[in-house]
Amino acid sequence: MTPGRVRFVLAIALVLLLEGLCRFGVITRFSMIPPSEIVWHLGKILGTAQMWPAILKTLGNVVAACVSSIIVGVLAGALIHRWQALRETLDPLFAAYYAIPVYAFYPLFIVIFGLGDFPQILIGFMLGLVAVVVNTLNGLDRVPRVLLKTARIHRLGPVATARKIALPYAAPYVFTGIKLAVAYSFIGVIGAELIMSRTGLGYEIGYAYNNFDNAVMYPLIVFVLGVAATVNTMFFLWEKKILARRRK
Amino acid sequence: MIRAFRTALLIAAILAAWQLLFLYAGANALTAPLDTIAYALELLSSPRFYPHLLETGQAFALALGIAISCGILIGFTLGLYRFASDVAEPVLVALYSIPKITLYPIVLLAFGIGMPAKIAFGAIHGIIPVAIFALGAVRNLNPVYLKAARVMRMGPSRIATRVLLPAAIPEIFTGIRIGFSLTLIGTLLGEMFASQRGLGFLLIQAIGLHNIRLIMALTLLLVVIAVTASAALLAIDRRLRRHMFGS
Repeated sequence: MTPGRVRFVLAIALVLLLEGLCRFGVITRFSMIPPSEIVWHLGKILGTAQMWPAILKTLGNVVAACVSSIIVGVLAGALIHRWQALRETLDPLFAAYYAIPVYAFYPLFIVIFGLGDFPQILIGFMLGLVAVVVNTLNGLDRVPRVLLKTARIHRLGPVATARKIALPYAAPYVFTGIKLAVAYSFIGVIGAELIMSRTGLGYEIGYAYNNFDNAVMYPLIVFVLGVAATVNTMFFLWEKKILARRRK
Repeated sequence: MIRAFRTALLIAAILAAWQLLFLYAGANALTAPLDTIAYALELLSSPRFYPHLLETGQAFALALGIAISCGILIGFTLGLYRFASDVAEPVLVALYSIPKITLYPIVLLAFGIGMPAKIAFGAIHGIIPVAIFALGAVRNLNPVYLKAARVMRMGPSRIATRVLLPAAIPEIFTGIRIGFSLTLIGTLLGEMFASQRGLGFLLIQAIGLHNIRLIMALTLLLVVIAVTASAALLAIDRRLRRHMFGS
């Protein structure tokens, strides 16, 4: 059996085990509803219009956080790469950045910007940004000097060199950053929504939890994890394809 | 020397940006750097703050202990069996990138409100990077070590302590370093949702009361603690790697 098939069988076995534990009352209905009911309720929730504004709002914010962190991150990486002194000054910040609990800034952002979409997007943006910057720098470090010399022979300016030679060469490394930015935007936006917000999937999950409404809470949790895992896996496979093409 | 100067410059730049933001946004939105530092120091010396710090410290230490020991155990067990690691590695990577924060209602239903939920929430954030790095370390190990261990008829537990751990320590430590920060975030998040004590609880309470001074001082304290710990771990990490692989 291939590893993929074993994974599939194990996943099915786990779901069946949970189903059994729930059905025979080992796990009480108060704690969890059986997986089959989760799927059924999820179908019902997605079939009605009620939850769609929250879903679309959350996904929109995730996309906003992700796209902005990628654009700003690649541009900042390209700029910082040209300015060695700045880079060496910022290096300790990059090294320590992911130790900072970014959610600790969320209360501050709410105070400054108000309890709207912006603080949530900002948290996702901040989580993703440095991953993109660091990986862009890493990729630009590896551009062979001969390519840069060729660019100079063809009298390309710094912007054209970055756009036509350096960034395309660094693309696989930048992509590692992009993949992380995708995962971090989900984590940032939904986490912020759970901590404090007025709409969105995170808010709905928290609301259902506070009302002991397992028939809404579990389907939504499964939906969020499913969407995040699917998107992350798609980027993972895409990256693999790019790397395979590069190796030829 | 130059590095210390650059770090000082960076800190000065951040403080300057903070001061400018304060001048722009005003005292209703945030407090000035000096004021915040003074209040943070005042908090540290006040007896009412101390139990919260202790509570968070305890929860974090236990969560980190669980994350490190279970992570290494998972990583070693999977790493020793090629097929098991082929099956499990994509699952671990997928678990690493999903928003685990959505699981907090389930953790609360399973553990109730209080210390165990906080610890569990911290541990599930930290365990996966430790496991991924331990798994990678064992897989990249020189196979001769394991063959030698088998020739000498060492049992699994002795292989783990006498061969795997010493040989894989630099990579495991990198995993622990990443696990450290994630566990801290997890513990704080756990406190924000499920606690009556601790720094996370103080933070969420301060939002409710719109207590900007407390929010700023706590954020500053957390950032300083996290960055200091991470810098120390990074220094140890680099030394271990130099020691193992030469410069």
